[in-house]
Amino acid sequence: MNVGDELPGLTVQVTRDQLVRYAGASLDFNPIHWNERFATEVGLPNVIAHGMLTMALGGRVVTDWLGDPGRVVEYGVRFTRPVVVPDDDEGAEVEFTAKVAEVRDDGTARVDITAKFDGKTVLGKAQAIVRA
Amino acid sequence: MPLEPSFIGRTYPPETTYEVGRAKIAEFARAIGDDNPLYRDVEAAKGAGYADVIAPPTFLTIINIRAINAVVEDPELGLDYDRMVHGDQRFVHHRPARAGDRLQVTVHIDDIFVRAGNDFLSVHADVATDEGEPVCTTYAQLVVRGEQS
Repeated sequence: MNVGDELPGLTVQVTRDQLVRYAGASLDFNPIHWNERFATEVGLPNVIAHGMLTMALGGRVVTDWLGDPGRVVEYGVRFTRPVVVPDDDEGAEVEFTAKVAEVRDDGTARVDITAKFDGKTVLGKAQAIVRA
Repeated sequence: MPLEPSFIGRTYPPETTYEVGRAKIAEFARAIGDDNPLYRDVEAAKGAGYADVIAPPTFLTIINIRAINAVVEDPELGLDYDRMVHGDQRFVHHRPARAGDRLQVTVHIDDIFVRAGNDFLSVHADVATDEGEPVCTTYAQLVVRGEQS
């Protein structure tokens, strides 16, 4: 593991089907993630993905690469922009990339993750600390 | 209405115990499209040195958000839930959560402040087994949008 190493990227089509599935799995039933009428009433352009779903997908880039997800000792993100999910079969395309940003003396490394939707980043300061 | 700053330092003890189930981990993994065998194959998990299947790094959101919501719904805090958004989230894992864990969440209010007309609430939560073994510490910032935005 060296600074600058790029992890295999991941592109996900986030669909309404996945939002419903994630709502049930995560027990987050906030209607902004499944009810278009409610979402637009509170000023959103449409239903948006759970920020925690986008975070989880970003985590997959790291755990797919590590193989053992138990090596992730820390993972944090800022939610900077919503991922708007249309009611169609394609959904919203979110593109994840990541690279090793720092290798530390204590046997850990920091991986920086980028998540892009519609050409803009949707997660800020997305970083995982992993056991190297 | 601004948040009540005297709530800084307040602690909310666990209300319930959540038992992590194999089926719930598999369901969560499927919802994020993750086919890692350590989430659903006990033998694979044991082969990697774990007592049972382990949970994905963000799985504890299941109990974290519920515990935080119990705090933000405290009427004396004065938080307008409809205007609240999740600003950031971080998980510090002391060990991977795994099936069979009986977990309790203690939430702490670390800071309350106003910036650019929005209220910010910083909390952290200690997730531990019912025998007191630390499993994870979560950190979150919640933002309550001001009336102008």
